[in-house]
Amino acid sequence: MYNRFQAMDVLILSRLQFALTAGIHYLYPPLSIGLGVLLVIMEGLWLATGKAVYHQMARFWTKVFALTFAVGVATGIVMEFEFGTNWAAYSRYVGDVFGSALAAEGIFAFFLEAGFLAVLLFGWERVGRKTHYLATWMVCLGAHFSAVWIVVANSWMQTPAGFHIVGEGMKARAEITDYWAMVFNPSSMDRLFHTLCGAWQAGAYLVVSVSAWYLLKGRHEEFARSSLRAGLAVGLAASLLQLVSGHVSAREVARHQPAKLAAFEGLYETRAQAPLTLFGWVDEKEEKVAGPQIPGLLSFLAHDDTGKPVTGLREAAPRPEDRPPVNFTFQLFHLMVAAGVWMIVISVLGCFYLWRGSLFGKRWLLWLLVFSVLGPQIANQAGWFAAEVGRQPWIVQGLLRTSEGLSAVVRAKSVVAAIILFGVVYLLLFAVFVYLLNDKIRHGPDDADLTPAGKLALPERRPA
Amino acid sequence: MNFGSLDLNTTWFILIGVLFTGYAMLDGFDLGVGALHLLTKKDQERRILLNAIGPVWDGNEVWLVTGGGALFAAFPNVYATVFSGFYMAFVLLLVALIFRAVAIEFRSKQPMGWWRQMWDVGFSAGSIVSSLLIGVAMGNIAWGIPLDERGEFAGSFFSLLGPYPLLLGVTTLALFMMHGAIYALIKTEGELHARIRGWINHFIIFFIICYAITTMATLLYVPHMAARMRASPWLFSIALLNMLAIANIPREIHHERDWRAFVSSCVAMVALMGLFGLEMYPNLVFSNPSPAYSLNIHNGASSPKTLAIMLTMALIGVPAVLAYTVSIYWIFRGKVKLDRGSY
Repeated sequence: MYNRFQAMDVLILSRLQFALTAGIHYLYPPLSIGLGVLLVIMEGLWLATGKAVYHQMARFWTKVFALTFAVGVATGIVMEFEFGTNWAAYSRYVGDVFGSALAAEGIFAFFLEAGFLAVLLFGWERVGRKTHYLATWMVCLGAHFSAVWIVVANSWMQTPAGFHIVGEGMKARAEITDYWAMVFNPSSMDRLFHTLCGAWQAGAYLVVSVSAWYLLKGRHEEFARSSLRAGLAVGLAASLLQLVSGHVSAREVARHQPAKLAAFEGLYETRAQAPLTLFGWVDEKEEKVAGPQIPGLLSFLAHDDTGKPVTGLREAAPRPEDRPPVNFTFQLFHLMVAAGVWMIVISVLGCFYLWRGSLFGKRWLLWLLVFSVLGPQIANQAGWFAAEVGRQPWIVQGLLRTSEGLSAVVRAKSVVAAIILFGVVYLLLFAVFVYLLNDKIRHGPDDADLTPAGKLALPERRPA
Repeated sequence: MNFGSLDLNTTWFILIGVLFTGYAMLDGFDLGVGALHLLTKKDQERRILLNAIGPVWDGNEVWLVTGGGALFAAFPNVYATVFSGFYMAFVLLLVALIFRAVAIEFRSKQPMGWWRQMWDVGFSAGSIVSSLLIGVAMGNIAWGIPLDERGEFAGSFFSLLGPYPLLLGVTTLALFMMHGAIYALIKTEGELHARIRGWINHFIIFFIICYAITTMATLLYVPHMAARMRASPWLFSIALLNMLAIANIPREIHHERDWRAFVSSCVAMVALMGLFGLEMYPNLVFSNPSPAYSLNIHNGASSPKTLAIMLTMALIGVPAVLAYTVSIYWIFRGKVKLDRGSY
């Protein structure tokens, strides 16, 4: 009996540790990916037009990028080793398959990012303009490659493919049979698209938010207007693409992880014209969901056809011990969707008034845009948690239970110590990050960047 | 890709060794610079040291991350056993690495004295603790750790802190401090450069003492780490190369040929890691006291198919990595000059 409690504690604690470290880590890389795209755009505009304000934008947002990148790297090292420390049995089971994606991330993405980051940050006056722009591209690409490999690895846990099981009992493990089938497993590309859209939104709305704040305060107006335009354009594109991606992902989850989709919507009974619940509460005992619903919309999302049946939990996972926590998953999923819809609304409004030429006078909308930075963060966190909690009780869908993946030799007290240590360090890091970001924003862009000198001086600029 | 009759398991043993050797040579110097960071007192000097490693430390650390990923993929049993077995040690290592990473980035973002001092201490303490823990981990791998019949670690956190692993921890720290001081010589000029030149003999002597004690302790108490050399005396040439490379460091420093001293220090590391690998082979984790439970390149490895796929990746990725690593070091060559973009 004691052993069972001990195992349960370690399970909950290890999940808590992973959720804490992954959740906090996941605040930063999406910002780096999204800001990476904006840096490519801003510096490209500078090279194309020679307008100094674009140079100023590239310089300012590079500094913000450096901050998010540093904390992203620092919190990311933990992730690389946490599989081994807390999930040793899982690591033995999946190493042959999962490990290669992780190693690919190191060799193809991290080196590229870290190497060219040096030129991006410190190379402004050391290398030519084109070389610098190449470095900006490479850092942006590296950040995207890193998303590719980590989402491939995670998607394999959702929809395993291209492997077979070798050995039995404790010795059983997954081995690759078809590498490309593993990489292009049924959910990897849909989930990659979804993740990248979320990351682009994170970067875009950070730029939008800061720029709107400057406009409200009447500071750095030229800089703020240009940044806001770039940010809103990327934000609108990413938010609309996210709508498409959400639909594609729902279709994929319906096909490959029906229990997860059913949990997203609290759907117990398999039914045609399945409704989409706008918001509500799932009573897991009574197996009922309460809240306003739109008939047929879930069937449409899952199968492109309002008449088709959507599999409910009773059919997808008849035994309660095979089900994820339904209400929790439901709430997270709905929070993500709500944040996604909200981002579409404000980016459409923003772009509409921008086109009409009256955005900069609409203070209420600018205030909404200031707070828009929270939207992608809420959606990214809620979406990631919904995807991972919705897969429970499996660590690898249908193959290995989360409880079977733990490290045999790690004790509860060690995990508690690790959670406290990481918790304190991460909270401190987050506080310092917010403090420095705030400081950087208050300080604003550097006016010296409007008159680039030395190597960066523009050839066509002549003294009047 | 089909690699014919190539022994993939041995190839990956070597490649993992190459990754960790690359890590020691590269991150070794920036950990070393961190360890001696607090010896300088002036803000300007500390900034110069930080900016000496500024453009490259992040890329250097990727060697560790990629090494970890490659170990996971090629030898998942080893990855799982070592990381779960050394749980608290790795948690501490991670915390130390986090502190040092953000300290570098955060330190010069504010002008306040207490702010800078706080991150300077974080940077230095993080560097020292990381170096020590890396050495302690190496020491445990060399000494052997208790494994059970499932290949799981059967000791505790405190059983990892034996005298031999601790000795290796101190030796690693000494090696990195010497390596970092040589690198700092290359990147600095003027008064700071002169001061580091004044210190460097202390670092070299400290390392040579640690090195001699470690060598003696290994020969006396860890006989399996010299068994292959006893059986094939020609391998002694590697040990000889190692000793000559170390002996060459003070000579080059004396002639103010700092670059050559740095290369010697790198050669010494390569030879040390080479000896370490030769004596470990084919084991990756030596089980002590029950050698039968050791994890080796066969019972710890992934399938030949995965090893072949990974080798293909390495063949594509490594030349690219080397190419841009070399270009970055080339772009940022020469003495550190502080400018607007500096830390």
